[in-house]
Amino acid sequence: MVLVQVIVGGLLLGAIYALFSSGLTLIWGMMNFINFAHGEFVMLGMYVALLVVVWLGGGPALFSIAAALALFALGVAIYLSLIRHVIRGPMLAQILSSFGLALLLRYTAFWIFSANFVSLPQTSLAGTLNVGGIFLPIAQLVAGAVAITLTIALHLLLTRTTVGSRLLAVAEDRNAAMLMGIRPDRMQALAWGLSAGAAGVAGALLATAYPWSPSVGETFGLIAFVVVALGGFGSVLGSMYAGLIIGLIQAVSAFWLGAIYKDIVVYGLFVALLWLRPQGLMGKA
Amino acid sequence: MKKILSPWGLLAAGLLLYPIIFSDPFYRDIGAAFLLAAVSASAWNIVGGYAGQVSVGHSMFFGLGAYMPLLFYTLWGWSPIAGIPAGILLSIALALVIGMPTFRLRGHYFSMATIAVAELIRIFFGTWNLVGAAIGLQGPATARAWWDLTFRSELPYYYIFLAVLGILLYVTFAIEHRRFGFYLRAIKASERAARSLGVPVRQTKMKALALSAAFTSAAGSLYAIKTGFIDPDSGFGILVSVQMVIVAALGGAGTLFGPLVGALILVPLQTAANTWFGGGGSGLTFILYGGVIVLIARFEPGGLFELWHRLAPRRWRRARAA
Repeated sequence: MVLVQVIVGGLLLGAIYALFSSGLTLIWGMMNFINFAHGEFVMLGMYVALLVVVWLGGGPALFSIAAALALFALGVAIYLSLIRHVIRGPMLAQILSSFGLALLLRYTAFWIFSANFVSLPQTSLAGTLNVGGIFLPIAQLVAGAVAITLTIALHLLLTRTTVGSRLLAVAEDRNAAMLMGIRPDRMQALAWGLSAGAAGVAGALLATAYPWSPSVGETFGLIAFVVVALGGFGSVLGSMYAGLIIGLIQAVSAFWLGAIYKDIVVYGLFVALLWLRPQGLMGKA
Repeated sequence: MKKILSPWGLLAAGLLLYPIIFSDPFYRDIGAAFLLAAVSASAWNIVGGYAGQVSVGHSMFFGLGAYMPLLFYTLWGWSPIAGIPAGILLSIALALVIGMPTFRLRGHYFSMATIAVAELIRIFFGTWNLVGAAIGLQGPATARAWWDLTFRSELPYYYIFLAVLGILLYVTFAIEHRRFGFYLRAIKASERAARSLGVPVRQTKMKALALSAAFTSAAGSLYAIKTGFIDPDSGFGILVSVQMVIVAALGGAGTLFGPLVGALILVPLQTAANTWFGGGGSGLTFILYGGVIVLIARFEPGGLFELWHRLAPRRWRRARAA
């Protein structure tokens, strides 16, 4: 019974991993750019949730939307002011730009919010649900369900809508897309907005159920790398499955080996993946 | 005579005389910190700058190099010197293990793999009791003899660091003018083109990484011996890697003296920031670092060296090239 509870808890957390990792894979697939600051977007989403609760007294629905919008705006702004200029430059510039951004965001958060762990005051999602002997905190349950729904929505947006086709067209061939009357810059700005927005919502959802500090960005950023490496670069659906798998592996290894070893297992898996199957489970070589 | 009076001759003379002119321990300490940053960044520069394979996990080599001397001392009471070659060999082995899978692939994979491996080792060392877990290891508190390399004065450290920097710069200089150096720059410019012209791409990248790892490990050993203390964060922490990248990139990645110029600017800046802002300064220092990195990436990816090349009057440039 305990193991079942661990598994369900892992899958619910994995659903949130899936959501923010799909944001990372979107950028990676579209412009072959690795955003080292992606984990920091998740962290900022968590603090946006906190600020909305403290200043406006908003509930989970309000602060999730606020986090999504705020991070969407930040993502677009970062693309327009920074990424657009480095994307065709040398690789060193690409890596430095997002890496420097990560440091800037992380330590600014340290400076403003201090290194202490914080958690949201009781939201309307307090309490636990007892399903046949398994105790599920309602906050985790709702967060996991919303995260999976949004990940699927992002997948459908990319594969079933005109906007999605345009995004993928730009990813496929920037010049050809331009000849078809698509503005690549707008599409890529949109992709950055969606990517950061997904991370922001994921952060707000995480904030409902877990405490955090400014340093979580590094952890979540690395987890997003692992998820994307497992799911295949550029595949939203792949990162959804991979997110659930990583959440599960983490929960089970924390349960069996002890909490400190869960990260060792996950990063070890990542290194093994890069060795054995660098294109990911669902990726193309 | 003309050769000695060149800017680089003056720099060498300045470095040699610096601790004699500034005898205050505070300034000597800054000098040693500058040399260490320059050594680490120059070591990174071989693979990150010349070969264009941007590692953001070089702290794994630095950390191994830092742990080995103190581990040898803690376990068997040996002189820390004995641990230096062990750290270098381990780092080369680790470089080969990482290079083999990731160098098959191009682009960002290598950066990502290095960051993950460094993080993996950091967490692993933080849980491993033999290496002191989260607390870390300590070196000899008082020297038994000179070979413990534990000195009261900063002066011996300064000149040891300077000697290592000299060796490293000579090696880099030699690489620049050999076939190996041309291979590296060809790979950086275009891997596909280099391969089609018969450059053994993977082998060359491997060699560059192994060489870079060896020197980074030596830098780590020097750091640990001078500080007399190492823990997972100061050895394998991500900021250790970041400092190497930013120092090299600010001065000019892939240039001989770029890392030196970067360290000359950043180390005093960092010390000043820490002095001005006090204990809370470290956070601000990293905000500053992040800001500087973003600005370099956005406006001057070639670093200050390229900026100089563009802005300096032509006759100066010609004089320098001659």
